[in-house]
Amino acid sequence: MPISLHYSPITVADPEAALPFYRDALGLPVAQDVAAGGQRWITLGDTGGTQIVLSGPSAGRSAEDGEVLEELIAKGAFGPWVFSTDDLDALFERASSNGAEVVQEPAEQPWGPRDAAFRDPSGNLVRVQQR
Amino acid sequence: MTPERRQELVLLRRARDLIDRRYAEPLDVPAIAASVHLSAAHFSRRFRAAYGETPYQYLLSRRIERACAMLRGGASVTQACMAVGCTSLGSFSSRFTELVGMTPSAYRAEQHPESRMPDCTARLLQRRTIAGRTSRIREARRGPAA
Repeated sequence: MPISLHYSPITVADPEAALPFYRDALGLPVAQDVAAGGQRWITLGDTGGTQIVLSGPSAGRSAEDGEVLEELIAKGAFGPWVFSTDDLDALFERASSNGAEVVQEPAEQPWGPRDAAFRDPSGNLVRVQQR
Repeated sequence: MTPERRQELVLLRRARDLIDRRYAEPLDVPAIAASVHLSAAHFSRRFRAAYGETPYQYLLSRRIERACAMLRGGASVTQACMAVGCTSLGSFSSRFTELVGMTPSAYRAEQHPESRMPDCTARLLQRRTIAGRTSRIREARRGPAA
């Protein structure tokens, strides 16, 4: 029975502030944008592939837990979320010219892939590797 | 979280990312602190409060971790030492021994179950092992980082 990851939540300090990074810098299409109870859930990625869902630290949690989570996110405790692309150099160019915070330029890793790394505006680590 | 607290964490995170990115270059704590416009002493204190180890310990762990991976892959002790930004073989060997519990050449000669794991997993395992030993390091308050 085949099974695959359908979507992964990514908790960000502010979904709206995170959107340009995921949509414009990485180039993920917005699939859904839902607001309820002062929170927002933004789904990105092609239908049929693995999608991500951006939401705030206190979406579905207590304010106390949200506060702790937000500190950890800012400290860079979460990630990497690892994407792949067939043109890493072009993607890197677009992401950095869109103002993405670069953690690592495209490079061959000792453990195999050629990849680059970014921080999203909240501090989550995102890696993109050459397919 | 106050904006000031967030700003502080962002600076500390950028400094830590800088270590991850440039640990193989000649890099010391004052230079890292300067990159985020903080004094070395204040930066070290705040980094430790946020991450549980000083920037010097973090930099050294990164260097030794990478050296371990290279030694497992068959690099010579001198190659590993140079590749991780340590210029003195003697000081590299003694820091390595403090952290890993054996000399680089003994480590190189051993069988490593980590080499049967994906490298990124082995790296995490290594980091936990090293982190458990950092209390044995005396802080170098002066002089080059390695």
